[in-house]
Amino acid sequence: MATLQRYFFSDLGVMLGRSLRHLFRSMDTIITATITPIGLMLLFVYVFGGAIQSGTANYVNYVLPGIFLVAIASGTSYTSLRLFTDVQRGIMDRFRSMPIAPSTLLWGHVLASLVFNAISLLIIVLVALLMGFRSSAGILSWLAIVGLLALVTLTLTWIAVIPGLTARSIDGAAVFAYPLIFLPFISSAFVPTRSMPLVVRAFAEHQPMTAIVNTIRALLAGAPASQEIWIALAWCLGILLLAFFFASMAYKKRTSYATNIYQRS
Amino acid sequence: MPDIAIQVKDLHKSYRQLNVLQGVDFVVEPGRIVALLGPNGAGKTTLIKILSTLLKPDSGTALVNGFDVVTQAAQVRHSISLTGQFAAVDELLTGRENLIMIAQLRHLKQPRQVADELLARFGLTEAANRRVSAYSGGMRRRLDLAMSLVGTPPIIFLDEPTTGLDPEGRLEVWKVVKELAQGGRTIFLTTQYLDEAEQLADRIAILHQGKIIASGTLQELKKLFPPARVEYVEKQPTLEEIFLAIIGQKEAC
Ligand SMILES: Nc1ncnc2c1ncn2[C@@H]1O[C@H](COP(=O)(O)OP(=O)(O)OP(=O)(O)O)[C@@H](O)[C@H]1O
Ligand SMILES: [Mg+2]
Repeated sequence: MATLQRYFFSDLGVMLGRSLRHLFRSMDTIITATITPIGLMLLFVYVFGGAIQSGTANYVNYVLPGIFLVAIASGTSYTSLRLFTDVQRGIMDRFRSMPIAPSTLLWGHVLASLVFNAISLLIIVLVALLMGFRSSAGILSWLAIVGLLALVTLTLTWIAVIPGLTARSIDGAAVFAYPLIFLPFISSAFVPTRSMPLVVRAFAEHQPMTAIVNTIRALLAGAPASQEIWIALAWCLGILLLAFFFASMAYKKRTSYATNIYQRS
Repeated sequence: MPDIAIQVKDLHKSYRQLNVLQGVDFVVEPGRIVALLGPNGAGKTTLIKILSTLLKPDSGTALVNGFDVVTQAAQVRHSISLTGQFAAVDELLTGRENLIMIAQLRHLKQPRQVADELLARFGLTEAANRRVSAYSGGMRRRLDLAMSLVGTPPIIFLDEPTTGLDPEGRLEVWKVVKELAQGGRTIFLTTQYLDEAEQLADRIAILHQGKIIASGTLQELKKLFPPARVEYVEKQPTLEEIFLAIIGQKEAC
């Protein structure tokens, strides 16, 4: 309807404002989301670092892209939890019974996730600087890094929307993130893939995390982005479209079924 | 405005094997207060969810404010407001922020002013700037109702609006509902309290075993009740007796 479109951005603004309020009122969730990646970074740099033949002098620089991915994967589970709560508490039904463009209900959460992860990545960069992270990347390289990380966040957040809408329990809404957190470990993120057994290596070299990690690593080193950036972008856009499609399906299924598990208040 | 506020014809809805609605028919005229009664699990909430576009019926038609709930959902949403059976409020926001948010989503000119008026009306002014997570159950329910009264949709659905309220809160809700009806709004509510239906509603409908088995004014329902047994003192049946008797009759046959 024309009126729905007319108010799309105003409605989206209200929804985003709401999600940002949630975010800034639960800053502890951001801190919690950064603890695991920072812990891993400490572990890899100060415990395993000496034993790993990364071929670079500065191992903090080497692991940072992988740490980013771990942080984003665990950060997006915040979106699942918030969406799950909306569905369970009936807030989603209230919004759905109002004349609001339905997509704004999801986009508000998704955009807030970009802010959430931007803050958490900033904290991680600050800790990495203290640990000796140095980059010779120029402004354009940094813009490319930020853009790619934003796209990765968008992709993983749309994946997170699916369990947020379909989970039957709060735990179910959160566990989807575990395999995503695990994925960077079987990639070039922490050790060079050439040290891996053949089958694992084949997987590692052809999964999205490796392309993303290699691209960011090159950009951080001030090198021009290799052709791997196109592989990384293709992976992200492809998965993003798929996730968006399945999230929309999950949303529609809610509409025709409405299996809300309300809590009495 | 159409001369029929809600029109439901042969509405069916099942959850897998469970047939909840099996041919529901009724009509609500504008400006009326209609109470839908029925035992737990009768399908009252299911019916309200279909009428408020949250759930799709399996078959049959439902028109709300002249619009079809399936094919014209957006127009229906412009015409209604819903208070669900369980309070749907945002726990992390304050009471005032919840109301302002709804007022903004209804594109009202002065969201803050609307919020403050409703806070006052529902006795929440003092708690306005506290987060809803710190509200009592009854306060949440009041806020929930207040959120449904933002803006001026002509048709209002209330699913058990007074469950969990103290007697004073109930009277306040009754007053508000009557005022809304006097202002020309149509109110369709469900309730477990038969005295509430008796006090508040112009029309009563009873949903049982998937169908509306009786509907009309309280007087009309009283006529359906079998003539008073000859007792020493002739006694007017209460709505509760009518309700139990009608359900008993249907189950017997
Ligand atoms: N999402 C669902 N999936 C499966 N069954 C459902 C679902 N929602 C409701 N039911 C079943 O449908 C029947 C009608 O439920 P509904 O909530 O409409 O009843 P109600 O009349 O509102 O009851 P109450 O007075 O307890 O609120 C119940 O048997 C319920 O268990
Ligand atoms: Mg119910």
